[in-house]
Amino acid sequence: MRITAAEALVRCLEEEKVEVVFGYPGGAVLEVYDALYFNKKIKHVLTRSEQAAAHAASGYARVSGKVGVCIATSGPGATNLVTGIATAYMDSIPIVAITGQVPLSQIGGDMFQEVDITGATAPFTKHNYLVKNAGDVPRIVKEAFHIASTGRPGPVLIDLPRDVARKKIDFTYPEEVSLKGYKPTLEGHPLQIIKAVEAINSAKRPVILAGGGVISSGAHDELMRLAETADIPVTVSLMGIGSFPGEHPLFLGMAGTHGMPRANAALKESDLVIALGCRFNDRLTGGAGGFNKNTKIIHVDVDPAEIGKNVKVDIPIVGDIKNVLRELLKRIEKRSRKDWKDYLEGLKGEDVVEGCGDISPLDIIGELYEQTRGELIITTDVGAHQMWTARYYKFKHPRSFITSGGLGTMGYGLPAAIGAKIANPNKQVIHITGDGSFQMNFAELATLRENDLSVKIILFNNRGLGLVKELQDIHCGGRYSQVHFGFLPDFVKLSESYGIKALRVESKKELEEAISTMLKEEGSFLLECRLTIEARVKSLIKEGKTYESHAGSLG
Amino acid sequence: MKATLAVLVENHPGVLSRVAGLFARRGFNIESLAVGPTDNPEISRMTIVVDGDERVIEQIKKQLNKLVDVIKVSFIEPENSVSRELVMIKVNTEPEKRSEIIGIAEIFRANIIDVSRDSMIIELTGDKDKVNAMEEILRPFGIKELVRTGIIAMNRGSKCIESPEQ
Repeated sequence: MRITAAEALVRCLEEEKVEVVFGYPGGAVLEVYDALYFNKKIKHVLTRSEQAAAHAASGYARVSGKVGVCIATSGPGATNLVTGIATAYMDSIPIVAITGQVPLSQIGGDMFQEVDITGATAPFTKHNYLVKNAGDVPRIVKEAFHIASTGRPGPVLIDLPRDVARKKIDFTYPEEVSLKGYKPTLEGHPLQIIKAVEAINSAKRPVILAGGGVISSGAHDELMRLAETADIPVTVSLMGIGSFPGEHPLFLGMAGTHGMPRANAALKESDLVIALGCRFNDRLTGGAGGFNKNTKIIHVDVDPAEIGKNVKVDIPIVGDIKNVLRELLKRIEKRSRKDWKDYLEGLKGEDVVEGCGDISPLDIIGELYEQTRGELIITTDVGAHQMWTARYYKFKHPRSFITSGGLGTMGYGLPAAIGAKIANPNKQVIHITGDGSFQMNFAELATLRENDLSVKIILFNNRGLGLVKELQDIHCGGRYSQVHFGFLPDFVKLSESYGIKALRVESKKELEEAISTMLKEEGSFLLECRLTIEARVKSLIKEGKTYESHAGSLG
Repeated sequence: MKATLAVLVENHPGVLSRVAGLFARRGFNIESLAVGPTDNPEISRMTIVVDGDERVIEQIKKQLNKLVDVIKVSFIEPENSVSRELVMIKVNTEPEKRSEIIGIAEIFRANIIDVSRDSMIIELTGDKDKVNAMEEILRPFGIKELVRTGIIAMNRGSKCIESPEQ
């Protein structure tokens, strides 16, 4: 049967078992939307901006482990996707972005809503395609899903010119992908694995550093077995949160510039770091203040380019973490490392909050934990609220902490929560945000309502940009440049105007009931918590001698 | 440290810009880049000479390998390979200097491919040192224009850089 390339595209999405796409229509993508109009299997969620569509696809992908799909028109539609695509790229999230394009015959003529989106996104897509022949659509979509979801996952963009979309083709969906230049290495090299086993078995003070790769490879059970068998403490990067349960006695908390002091101390003082699927980003290594030169590093990653990129590695292993850990576990000997654990236990800081009004951020996150115990999905935006959540909420499950780690995209959390809720409708989805980030994408409250989704929003309102202000304290001698909002909307009324119930709390004693009310609400809910912008969380280590600000080494 | 890479890529439009873009955004330095199709019209071969320390050169190879359109990246070792570059030099030729310049071209086994009243175009093929040497010798006559292709290189002996079988 002959169908148009646009219809073929939608058929390909069906073949890939896509259940939902997030998007926004426009002139250059009319044919695709016309094909979606007749489609009964794929749900389309209309966001209020294309950026939100990309973030929603990313939230969906993170929670479900499947490929998220977003669609936008050419020109501004495509450029609005850019932030979402870059966010997904930095955090290795599998999404396929489909954009309309001006007719092939007119490309390069600076037509209405024309932009070179394959050129623009080349630096932060895993791969992208400009479709020139209608007949290539099935192969390209097949390849795009394959590339996005295998190896180190990431975003792939398909740009479909209008005239190509209209052409008719004979549709058959390819069964296999054949790409000469793309063959991820999934099995670790056996000799390297033996070296790693020997290093682990003979280490005195080892520590595991788990990154986002543990979650994307689904290796959390193997990680647990490794930690428990060899009795090795575990720290995580921001992206690794959820790969190891926060309540586990071996868990040290997050490492990095905003991380827990004892996690950073463990990295610095260990004789062996077992890094799993993390990239030794500057936000992580800065916290450890540079590694001890006697510390050996085992680095397991599916992306060979990550190994040796930011730190010198002693035992590199290229492969899928789950596969590699399974091989390691065959030879790992049981150990007890009481002295090392006791030493680290002694470094456990006590968190103090300075400059708070009637509510401290820890009260809010603590109360949320009391009432949920890790059985939820939290999405965040970027800022102080994100760091407080990452540090203090004890995440229990992988794929339950959804945040923009690498790119640090404000406005990520609300659309990501939409994607998260659609991916897992049975779980409580909480979006923790700040007044700065929330204002970037709050239009998505309409998308929540339109789709009858229940997302609970906790808004930390400190009337400004707390994390930037803290940096200005440290680096600019307290000269506060553009970090206070002179005007803010009434967030409770704003929420109510979208038909979403809302409540404001200003003191600690209201919190327990307010959070309980929020959690019990069937629909969405917004809980505004008034904080002071001076609120700082610091860790008090050893007899009150040393303070470590969570942004101490930033910048 | 300089390194020469032989890079097999899909012969698609846009591949060159992906490779060039990769170098630009990761801050890698390209000394020279030459590209053309291989005996298989679906595959092009790039010869890229890069400059950087060992870590940077390793990263360049790994990052190139991550591009889906890149099929294979190999190092070409100077001691086990031959490399050539083609250069065209348009040089000032006052009538009394013409025979001297022709003599220089002969020494270098270069060809004179265009002659006019006051200039000549000399074509030379060789490795980088030879090309540089000729350029230096012609400089006093006045070089009006110079164009180089960039180095292409191949391993000696029967060792080949081939696309892996599907």
